[in-house]
Amino acid sequence: MCTYLTEKVSVVGSGKGANGWFKVTDSSVYFDHPVHAPFGHSLNLDFLNPELGPSYRLALELNPATARALAHAILDVLDKIPAAEQDLTQSITSDS
Amino acid sequence: MTPIHMKDPLVAGTIEIKGSGGDSIEAYYASPTGDGPYSSVIVIHHMPGFDDATKEITRNFAYHGYRSICPNLYSREAPGAAPDDAAATARAMGGVPDERFIGDVSGAVDFLRSLDDSTKKVAVIGYCSGGRQSFLAACSLPLDAAIDCYGAYVVASPPEGAPLKVGPILDKAKDLSCPLLGLFGEEDKFPTPEEVAELDRTLKDLGKEHEFHSYPGAGHAFFAPNRPSYRVEAANDGWQKIWAFLSKNL
Repeated sequence: MCTYLTEKVSVVGSGKGANGWFKVTDSSVYFDHPVHAPFGHSLNLDFLNPELGPSYRLALELNPATARALAHAILDVLDKIPAAEQDLTQSITSDS
Repeated sequence: MTPIHMKDPLVAGTIEIKGSGGDSIEAYYASPTGDGPYSSVIVIHHMPGFDDATKEITRNFAYHGYRSICPNLYSREAPGAAPDDAAATARAMGGVPDERFIGDVSGAVDFLRSLDDSTKKVAVIGYCSGGRQSFLAACSLPLDAAIDCYGAYVVASPPEGAPLKVGPILDKAKDLSCPLLGLFGEEDKFPTPEEVAELDRTLKDLGKEHEFHSYPGAGHAFFAPNRPSYRVEAANDGWQKIWAFLSKNL
């Protein structure tokens, strides 16, 4: 299905794609046909830097259940970071 | 080199054509190389883009005796990028605006009708998001036949907050310029069987020539042989319906 369901989130950080490491500024989350994963549909994540061009993309196509587990794991890890580290993380990202 | 005698020869490759606003856009072109004359088919790619599978479909129309062209609707967002990267970029930028799409197809129509030995008859076919766009093209341009393969959001609205620039276009049905073949899966949710039925009713009420087939046991993208959604019986019958429809209308 072409669900058109797409969430866009600005991100601060780096990713490693076909061109090596690059700064990521944008991300897309959507549920649609995968290019490579052997499913009819997948939860897709793109990490992008539009300024560098379309080829600067880190892509994931995940089984929905595993994507959900991953999302929970991300939140669990972030929840366990001490408040000071959270602040540190925020100061680093805001400075970059 | 020893000459090889071929029956059914064809040529295929990537070219540039004029699209919306006079922009130069990429397109995949395939044509028989016999004496003609030839009618033409414009292939509208799905959201995953100007990919190998869509180019194979384009070549298949040439093998069956039609000049065929698939415009790269993402030419502007991602020139020269890999199809998957281009699709991701286009999605992140909000997708293809309807007006620009119509301009690109209009350019493809002009290109095909300008060729030597053209019958001037042009059909359009699209899959998934391209199914909606095929219907949109047939309601916006003078064409000779249109095929909508499971296009969503002709009748219904996209989900709340969806960033892509698409909306329902059922109100354009009154302007449908040519016969329409619709091929759908009964298990599909985009579009649902109810949406297909509503489009069918609307076209009947308007007296628009159309022919819809919905396949049991098939969902979205049942034509795609490289995806788990492939349904061989539906796809084989669907191709037969396509050849008969084009033969009748082109």
